[in-house]
Amino acid sequence: MLLIECPHCGPRDENEFHYGGQAGIAYPTGEVTDAEWAAYVFLRDNPKGWFRERWFHVHGCRTWFAAERHTVTHEIRTLP
Amino acid sequence: MRFTFDGRELHGEPGDTLAAALLRNGVRVVGHSVDLGRPRGVFSAGSEEPNALVRVGADPMLAATTVELYDGLEAWSLRGKGRVSLDDVDERRCDKGYLHCDVLVVGGGPAGLAAASAAGRAGARVILVDEQPRLGGDLLNSRLLLDGAPALDWVDALDLPGRVLTRTTAVGYYDHNYVVAVERRERGDRLWHLRARRVVLATGAHERSLAFPGNDRPGVMLASAARTYANRYGVRPGSRAVVLACADSGYEAARDLRASGVEVAAIVDPRPEGLEPGTLAGHVVTGTTADTEGVLTGVFVRDLAGRDDRLIEADLLAVAGGWNPAVHLFSQSQGRVTFDGHLQAFVPDVPAQAQRSAGACRGLYGTREAIADGHAAGAEAAALALGTTVAADGFRVPGCDEPALRPPAALWHVESTSPEPAFADLHRDVTVADLARATGAGMRSVEHVKRYTTAGTGADQGKTSGAVVVGVMSALLGAVPGQVGTTTFRPPYTPVPFATLAGRDRGALSDPVRTTAMHDSHVARGAVFEDVGQWKRPRYFPLDGESMEAAVLRECRAARTSVAAMDASTLGKIDIRGADAGEFLDRVYTNMFSTLAVGACRYGLLCRADGMVFDDGTTTRLADDRYLMTTTTGNAAAVLDWLEEWRQTEWPGLDVSFTSVTDHWATVVVAGPRARQVVAAVAPDAVDLAFMRYAPADVLGVPGRVFRISFSGELAYEVNVPWAYGRALWEAVLELGGVPYGTETMHVLRAEKGFAIVGQETDGTVTPHDLGMSWIVSPRKPDFVGKRSYSRPDTARTDRKRLVGLLPDDPAFLVEEGAQLVNAGGPMLGHVTSSYASDVLGRTFALALAREVAPGDRLTAVSGGAAHGVTVVDPVFYDKENARRDGDPLEGAPPPYAGEVRAESPAAAFAARFERAGGQAVTLREVPFEPMWEVRGDDPGVGLRLGPSWWLVTGDATPRPGWVDVSGQRTVLELSGPSAEDVLITGCPLDLHPSVFPGHAQTLLGRTSVVLERREPGRYRVYVRSSFARYLAEWLLDAIDAL
Ligand SMILES: [Zn+2]
Repeated sequence: MLLIECPHCGPRDENEFHYGGQAGIAYPTGEVTDAEWAAYVFLRDNPKGWFRERWFHVHGCRTWFAAERHTVTHEIRTLP
Repeated sequence: MRFTFDGRELHGEPGDTLAAALLRNGVRVVGHSVDLGRPRGVFSAGSEEPNALVRVGADPMLAATTVELYDGLEAWSLRGKGRVSLDDVDERRCDKGYLHCDVLVVGGGPAGLAAASAAGRAGARVILVDEQPRLGGDLLNSRLLLDGAPALDWVDALDLPGRVLTRTTAVGYYDHNYVVAVERRERGDRLWHLRARRVVLATGAHERSLAFPGNDRPGVMLASAARTYANRYGVRPGSRAVVLACADSGYEAARDLRASGVEVAAIVDPRPEGLEPGTLAGHVVTGTTADTEGVLTGVFVRDLAGRDDRLIEADLLAVAGGWNPAVHLFSQSQGRVTFDGHLQAFVPDVPAQAQRSAGACRGLYGTREAIADGHAAGAEAAALALGTTVAADGFRVPGCDEPALRPPAALWHVESTSPEPAFADLHRDVTVADLARATGAGMRSVEHVKRYTTAGTGADQGKTSGAVVVGVMSALLGAVPGQVGTTTFRPPYTPVPFATLAGRDRGALSDPVRTTAMHDSHVARGAVFEDVGQWKRPRYFPLDGESMEAAVLRECRAARTSVAAMDASTLGKIDIRGADAGEFLDRVYTNMFSTLAVGACRYGLLCRADGMVFDDGTTTRLADDRYLMTTTTGNAAAVLDWLEEWRQTEWPGLDVSFTSVTDHWATVVVAGPRARQVVAAVAPDAVDLAFMRYAPADVLGVPGRVFRISFSGELAYEVNVPWAYGRALWEAVLELGGVPYGTETMHVLRAEKGFAIVGQETDGTVTPHDLGMSWIVSPRKPDFVGKRSYSRPDTARTDRKRLVGLLPDDPAFLVEEGAQLVNAGGPMLGHVTSSYASDVLGRTFALALAREVAPGDRLTAVSGGAAHGVTVVDPVFYDKENARRDGDPLEGAPPPYAGEVRAESPAAAFAARFERAGGQAVTLREVPFEPMWEVRGDDPGVGLRLGPSWWLVTGDATPRPGWVDVSGQRTVLELSGPSAEDVLITGCPLDLHPSVFPGHAQTLLGRTSVVLERREPGRYRVYVRSSFARYLAEWLLDAIDAL
């Protein structure tokens, strides 16, 4: 059970959150090729090490936020 | 104390473990081994026991060394493994609890006690857990003097701070200092979830054996265990002993055995020098002899040069093979271990979490050094947790006369010509020969050898065997143990019953059940329920033992020919408001909503970015800047989350907010040509509503909402009242002639009209076009979620599966849902998604997803080995021209409903039980109705802040524009009394300590979301969604009962 720091509520148990996958995937605007669109919809990084990802405090303040998690150690650091 | 073993009546002493009591009664053979069936006796005195496994009552397998004796205990021997008896009724009630602390100390031996004491002196919140019934660790088992007095005097004089949990084994160490521990209680285990800023591991060390022929006989025992039985329990584990002292602790055992009257025939020490005159130094044990029952009668001893070979008569062989620091929890926390050549053992190296090991679990075996190390660790942990520096606290390490310990013999395995097997893992019956076969087959990894031989996979998880396996492997491979390494240590440290993990979350509480305001009415009418998500929904209402088929046909007929009613309260309802609400809806729905007229309803589809249908429902414009969205029952929470995700992460600039009002409103669908007659009596103002229009209306004298929406093709109204009046409305509608119908009839009616159901016709791979709903995908809007995906090659394919209708050849034959559709032995073309018998069609029919088929095509539906011919037809089976949606005109002027209209709170049915459950320790009540509003945007200056720009205002307030009335959305339960927190910690993961808890929070309680508010010390209010009120009421009553 990870302990995740919600920017509004402080540290809470992982089961109060929903995972939102990789952070920083922008919604494409304007003309995009099929490949670019498919990359937006389907392709995500899967690094060994630090990973910037989104969390939703679903059972708390219902805020979406981004945090960095180390995928090996599970160390978490919140982002501004 | 009387107890029985395999039916034999025996007597033990208070404080005995079952193992001690068995030895006290001279029981040497306690069970037989799992594979070879060899007789086995007590081997250890703790949870590392591999041999003495027993069944006790409903517990199928326990180590006799961990069972505390009680009067009347009944135990049975096992052959290596237990079996759950389904006949045994287990009356125990397990529970769980969440605790938080600055410093968690695991282990109540010298190091752990010193650590807990130091951390407490430094002002930290401390929790100490220890496996034993009383504190002291190895001091309980020894004759050691501290400052010239019995060591336990030192223990008793310590003033220990915080919470001390004895009989509590830390079984798992997870991420972010999350430690799970099992407290053994007579009335049922308690699973503690502990979250600590810092952890001090003081888990001690396990003595190990070594592999020599016949090392498994009853009578062969760890030297520390022999000493424990003699010192702590006053039980002589034998009458004539040989002590194998690979480590100096063997000499201490020999001394203590002598002191308790055991004759020590010989001390065998493989090292060149003995510590006592007469020691057989430079000798090893090469085998054992046994009597007809397999119990030890003699020990073969030989010097290392192979000259002096003798048999020493003995009924006890105490083996001091050396010590292994108990690094299990350290390893579980992802810390790395390293092999210490001096100690001949694996010790903690680099910790991975905010944690430190102290004392014997890091190889500091001396009592004084363990105490000093524990104290330093506790002081350091407190300082790190509190952000202070370590200060002198006047602690003094007591004096003690222990000699310094010499390094143990690096001996894992004794070669011999004896035909007896030499065991590495007693529990799994794994021998040195088995390990040699594994390495001989080419295995080099200890993980492979473990899986090949099963060494270390027993209930003891190889606590006594792990080091032996590694030692033997290193000898076989010509390596040192550090090169072989250890297998991965995984939770749990000791076996944990599933009942303990389940705690109180079993039976009716295993998963929350959500109920509507009408639930008791449904139950009283004999409704048959189905689970939709967590909701209980009536599936049908059988009359006089009707079958489902008959009931559904009757309910359908009522809806098509007269008037019928359904409880639709479970549909998700989301209040959407803000200047950009219309723009937002345009972006998430495939069709337009910004142009919708105020008072109008429109059906919409939500798709994911991949273009696949995610949810559907009608959305109504209540005002210029205000909409009410409805969702499917199962997806309500997911849709709300989805809207929130897009608003917060993609379009933060839009002025729009979302408030769930699902539980605030109770909804009754009144459907059928004669629906107008009923609505005229309950909501006369709404009777003239046009199709797909909405009006706020007085319903039974209560402010309500009426929508003219139809999912059946018939004239239909969705009548909404606040939760408290839901049951009254339902009863009124039925009294006025509405025939109650359930979800099954609802499904049939909509299928006759060819309406798809999300999750039945769709499965995450279906686009609106696939459903034949291209009309709902706006070509005018520049963008909406999913739009770009419709021009992807795969979604634009012309040979995608599409929604079609099917008519079985035999009009009485019901095709199975899920049946595969094939054409003359060709490939599968699709599958049946819905299949029903229709009253109005007078036959069966089905919906399906199939590719490259057209009306008139003949297909075969195949399922379960049966095949049936079907014909493809248009999916709209009934009233293609929508002629029925306006129903019959009003006949006469129905008088307003004259029956009683009573408000009923969500937990009203519990009032008496709440009353009865109350006591000195805690009371529970439902707080009388108070209005509530959710407020977004600017701080209203009152109420509870729930999140950024989000408040809950209750009670005596004057609502301002924009406040959303959620009075019925939640009910408030109040828990008061000195034990209120003891109830809450069994299901709330938050730290409720006044220094941490801000006074209120949105969090989890049991298995549901709540707002928890501390009104004052010992008085808490729990705001729970009304549909979860019954679940939470049952949960709280159960928690109080379990106190
Ligand atoms: Zn939060």
